[in-house]
Amino acid sequence: MASELVFRTCPITGKKVYAVTQNLIWINAVTAVVFILVGGIMAFLVGMTRWPAVHLLPADLFYRFLTAHGLNMLIFWIIFFEIAGLYFGSSVLLNSRLAAPKVAWLAYILMLVGAVLVDIMVFTGKADVMFSSYVPLQADPKYYLGIILFAVGALIGCGIFFGTLAIAKAEKTYEGSVPLVTFGLAAAAIIAVFTLACGAIIYIPTFLWSLGLITNLDPGVYRLIFWGMGHSSQQINVTAMVSIWYLLGALTVGAKPVNEKICRSAFFLYILFINLASEHHLLTDPTLSPYHKMVNTSYFMYLAVLASMIHALAIPMMVEVAQRKKGFTKGLFEWLTKAPWGEPGFPAMIFSLFIFGFIGGITGVVYGTEQLSIKSHNTWAMTGHFHATVVGGTTLAFMGLTYYVIPLIFRRELIGKKLAVVQPYIFGIGIILIALGMGGAGTLGSPRRHWDITFAQSVIPFSFDPAVIFFTTIAAIGVLTAVTGGAMYVGVSVLSVFFGRKMAANEAKLL
Amino acid sequence: MPITSPEKYWWKPADKEEKIWISIALLWCLVLTIMMPLMHLIGTQNPSVNPMKIRPQDYRTVSEAFIEKYKVGEEQGIPVVEPPDGADVYLRAQMWTWTPILKLKKGVNYKFHISSVDLMHGFSLMPLVMNFQVVPGHDNILNMTPTSAGTFHIICNEFCGIGHHTMVGKIIVS
Ligand SMILES: [Cu+2]
Repeated sequence: MASELVFRTCPITGKKVYAVTQNLIWINAVTAVVFILVGGIMAFLVGMTRWPAVHLLPADLFYRFLTAHGLNMLIFWIIFFEIAGLYFGSSVLLNSRLAAPKVAWLAYILMLVGAVLVDIMVFTGKADVMFSSYVPLQADPKYYLGIILFAVGALIGCGIFFGTLAIAKAEKTYEGSVPLVTFGLAAAAIIAVFTLACGAIIYIPTFLWSLGLITNLDPGVYRLIFWGMGHSSQQINVTAMVSIWYLLGALTVGAKPVNEKICRSAFFLYILFINLASEHHLLTDPTLSPYHKMVNTSYFMYLAVLASMIHALAIPMMVEVAQRKKGFTKGLFEWLTKAPWGEPGFPAMIFSLFIFGFIGGITGVVYGTEQLSIKSHNTWAMTGHFHATVVGGTTLAFMGLTYYVIPLIFRRELIGKKLAVVQPYIFGIGIILIALGMGGAGTLGSPRRHWDITFAQSVIPFSFDPAVIFFTTIAAIGVLTAVTGGAMYVGVSVLSVFFGRKMAANEAKLL
Repeated sequence: MPITSPEKYWWKPADKEEKIWISIALLWCLVLTIMMPLMHLIGTQNPSVNPMKIRPQDYRTVSEAFIEKYKVGEEQGIPVVEPPDGADVYLRAQMWTWTPILKLKKGVNYKFHISSVDLMHGFSLMPLVMNFQVVPGHDNILNMTPTSAGTFHIICNEFCGIGHHTMVGKIIVS
């Protein structure tokens, strides 16, 4: 037991960092980076196939690698990183020992076994079903089993987070309320429990169906509950990402929330309303009644949007206040121009906020209306929308944070600081090009999940407006740019974690 | 700091700037909230027919009967069908064709029944870019009136197996 109580005091933040917590954050974060590497290679191959000028892969490999890209990025990379974030947000930020570290290791092993099983099934061609695996398209039972194991592991990880909150409160390791970042992560974890419950409701029967034990599985109901998981997991990402924006604001310019009440209320709105928005995936489906669609697209959705609008003010506002306090008071924008643009965390935060809000958020609200869903459903514009939210938003925020986690938690000096500084710019520009290219081509009708947009093998000939090829080329340039940025991220973080200079116990240098 | 506990009493009134912003955002959200049902009532392009369930084998039977009844020819092995004005039109998705090729008249309202007899498919009418999910076991019922003449194509935009990218159908409006 005693080894569970070994801790050091962080020379920068003064927080207690328990050794077991540190190890668990390390293993989950490093595993996340391995999966972004796999997903990134897939991104390159898939992106270069969508581009008719290159058309790299044959059709079977394209669909297989597209399936792998979705799972490795959207599920494995992001959720492993989030679990690391939950342990950080509870144990480190609250100065508390972690609840049941051995169970946390079990959670990690379940997630890893699940993820590896899924990847083996996908790469051996036994699960060419896309991320969504819509029934009656069927994969090998081991594919569904892998997803279930991963989800159970992630659910246990959330339990460890809540357990740690309870321990910290009981042992009075902090005074008053929990910090805002912990509050935001708690909102993310609550949404995660709902999400994983939907995952269990849909994947367990699907697993039994793939084994032949159940014969009737309604594809319409599958879509409804699948998106209860599939979309809600993006809401976990949104909530975790916003928490990280607050964290990066603190780490880069020492910003503090202007009004805790406003920020916390906005997180509370996410918990209440964001999951109800999941049904916008079904606006053109033949399963929900018009009345149901109307209710779902109206106030349920917009109360979650309101929460995002509140954060969109609160974060730049706290940065401005912090900068003005430092004396950058000239004109309207000196606070912004004199911001630490040469430090990776700041541009990562700003790009993430900009891409998420202005590209991902606006397209999301537009496509989520009943009538415009008809114009955008299943087109490449949808792919553009969620690359702006999940990649430009969540992933970029996580990348920015990594450069601080390495010295703070892993006590290693960054290798390639110059690369780390330009990385968010390159990655951000790449994602902007991807989102705009996909959005343009998709608005003209270019479909998602499609191997050949020239329709060369069709019995009935069809060709797109040539502008589709132009926009596809923009997206392809974006893919090359973003993949370069992604490779820089993987390179800097892996090299630093394994070969970076070990920092002395009292060394208070961040970057 | 957002990484430390806030001061004891953090439930404070918002500043003027915050209040203005939140009011504008809330107002905008309310406008959108009202617009959704309103557009549904006054708009003309809504996915607004109550959907029905239909077993894939039953759908195959009715769509075959529809083709049999109104077939006027064949194009590359795909039946060409010209339904009478105002008829119920059955457009069947299956790996990897849209059956049949339809000949419709401009300005005439048709009641479309779109469903699949195997996997999920995506109905995407080009070049208008109008998209609907096609779900086996469910009948996506749409009232459609062609407003311009010409040749329209239907591509599939939901992954439906290895031949997904070859799945193209046709509607000719005269
Ligand atoms: Cu299809």
